[in-house]
Amino acid sequence: MSQESAGSKRKVGRERHPLWNWVGFLPFFLFIFLFLILPSLNLFTGAFTNQAGEFTLENLNILSNPFTLKSYIVSLQVSAITALVGGLFGFFVAYSLTHGGAPRWMRSMISTFSGLAANFGGVPLAFSFIATLGQLGFVTVILKGICFNGANGVEVCPFNPYDHGFTLYSLWGIVFAYTYFQFPLMIITITPALEGLRKEWREAATNMGATPFQYWRDVALPVLMPSILGAMLLLFGNAFGAYATARALTGGSIFLVPIAIGQQIRGDVLGNPNEGYALAFGMVIVMSVAIVAYSLLQRQASRWIKS
Amino acid sequence: MNGKRSNIFAIFWGMAALLYFFVPLYGTFDFSLRMERGVLGFKAYELVFADPRFWQGFRYSFTMAIITIVISVSIFVPTVYWMYLKIPKARPIMDVITILPFIIPGIVLVFGLIRTFSRPPFQLTLRSWTTDILMVAGYIIISMPYMFRAIDVGMRSIDVRTLTEAAQSLGSSWFEVLKDIIIPNLRLAILGGALISFATVMGELILADFLVRPALGPYMVRIGLTKAYEPAALAIISYAMTWFSLGLLQFFSGRSERQKQFVIEE
Repeated sequence: MSQESAGSKRKVGRERHPLWNWVGFLPFFLFIFLFLILPSLNLFTGAFTNQAGEFTLENLNILSNPFTLKSYIVSLQVSAITALVGGLFGFFVAYSLTHGGAPRWMRSMISTFSGLAANFGGVPLAFSFIATLGQLGFVTVILKGICFNGANGVEVCPFNPYDHGFTLYSLWGIVFAYTYFQFPLMIITITPALEGLRKEWREAATNMGATPFQYWRDVALPVLMPSILGAMLLLFGNAFGAYATARALTGGSIFLVPIAIGQQIRGDVLGNPNEGYALAFGMVIVMSVAIVAYSLLQRQASRWIKS
Repeated sequence: MNGKRSNIFAIFWGMAALLYFFVPLYGTFDFSLRMERGVLGFKAYELVFADPRFWQGFRYSFTMAIITIVISVSIFVPTVYWMYLKIPKARPIMDVITILPFIIPGIVLVFGLIRTFSRPPFQLTLRSWTTDILMVAGYIIISMPYMFRAIDVGMRSIDVRTLTEAAQSLGSSWFEVLKDIIIPNLRLAILGGALISFATVMGELILADFLVRPALGPYMVRIGLTKAYEPAALAIISYAMTWFSLGLLQFFSGRSERQKQFVIEE
């Protein structure tokens, strides 16, 4: 098959051996191998070898170290909370835009902004939230200024969030900041599924006497569930890998996994670099589970969207 | 009946979303103007623009972004073209590879890069210009999901096979097909991928921070730790840059709609 006539080979080149076709991918594969696969493999092998280079499972003990265990718990919390809060918020907004009859200007404005804000993040986002909800932030100052005379004539200002134990440089501060890019991402991912939710289904259900509650329980939610769960998993992974915003917001005082890894890269806080690789490897596992589950759910969901 | 109520529901959530978008933006802008007591002014911006380290960071990140875009485009356009022309079967593999950067977080990638390239046989972290090679490679990896998708969508909208066969039957070489047929038809897709890569590189923190290069991201973190008002000004400047690039994209996509007929006539 590979030895066809030379004349036609030059022209279109389809008669060559099928493997020959892959040659065009070589530069890309080489690049990916060098700068993505090789570094990942190196971390992977590092996670399972000791400093003498022998195979070991010892490094996984780091997951029982209270110091790193804490970082995993905090990271999982932050990711789960922001996926849930951002996911629900984003879902309601997306529903309002697709089926709720929001005005046209609102629809176009929100969809433009979602595309922008979903890619926000990083250091500037942290600065924005400091300027808004920090000690002297714009919203904080407004809330502080709401004062009135209390029962015994003493002026009280009950709305200062910092009097109620809130601080931006904490878990809740991170939740506020992450929500800024989480709910727009939810709007973007869930809108196609919502557009697949036919108006006729609602009409049919109503004609047969279903209450709105029954419609949601028996028709809309079962259809939407895979998409909603999938999108929330995507948000979860999105928050789990984020580093810059948390770093700039809290200066590293919130101990997330990426920050723990960062400290490990800077100086050897764990005493054993291989334990750092195990830490990073654990992160890749969590991310893979989230992304794979997302794509499986997405496939499940696409049956309804296409039909 | 139900229409009125659901409209209120929609407006409530829509307004909530818009408030969540705009209040932090307005708050940042307001804060950035309050550097001098009692007056609103652009003092914080003046200080940022007068800081040579800001310009150093800006120049460095800008240069890195341009290099990243040039190399990234010259890797991905031929690769995606080849995929459409020769091995459409390879799509699932490409899809998986190009979302890997979502699964491998930036911090893990940089950890792996440092472990791999700080020792022989590929020692790159010793000199600054070799470290910059590593930076560009990392940036290309990080922006790969966007770049690949942008070019993929663009390539889907043109009939690669017919165009190529037509050009080849008229005697064009592979290189000429890419240069004269494919790339002109992909201009908008390439521009979209390039602008997203640009925004990504300009705001990137992790690579520059851990490879210790003078980019804009680490500069911003340092200012954030020591200053009060300049960070807000920096945030506004960086948003302005992002919006400028996206506005540019809008502008060009509007223009190319009008130009498309000429491209086809040629």
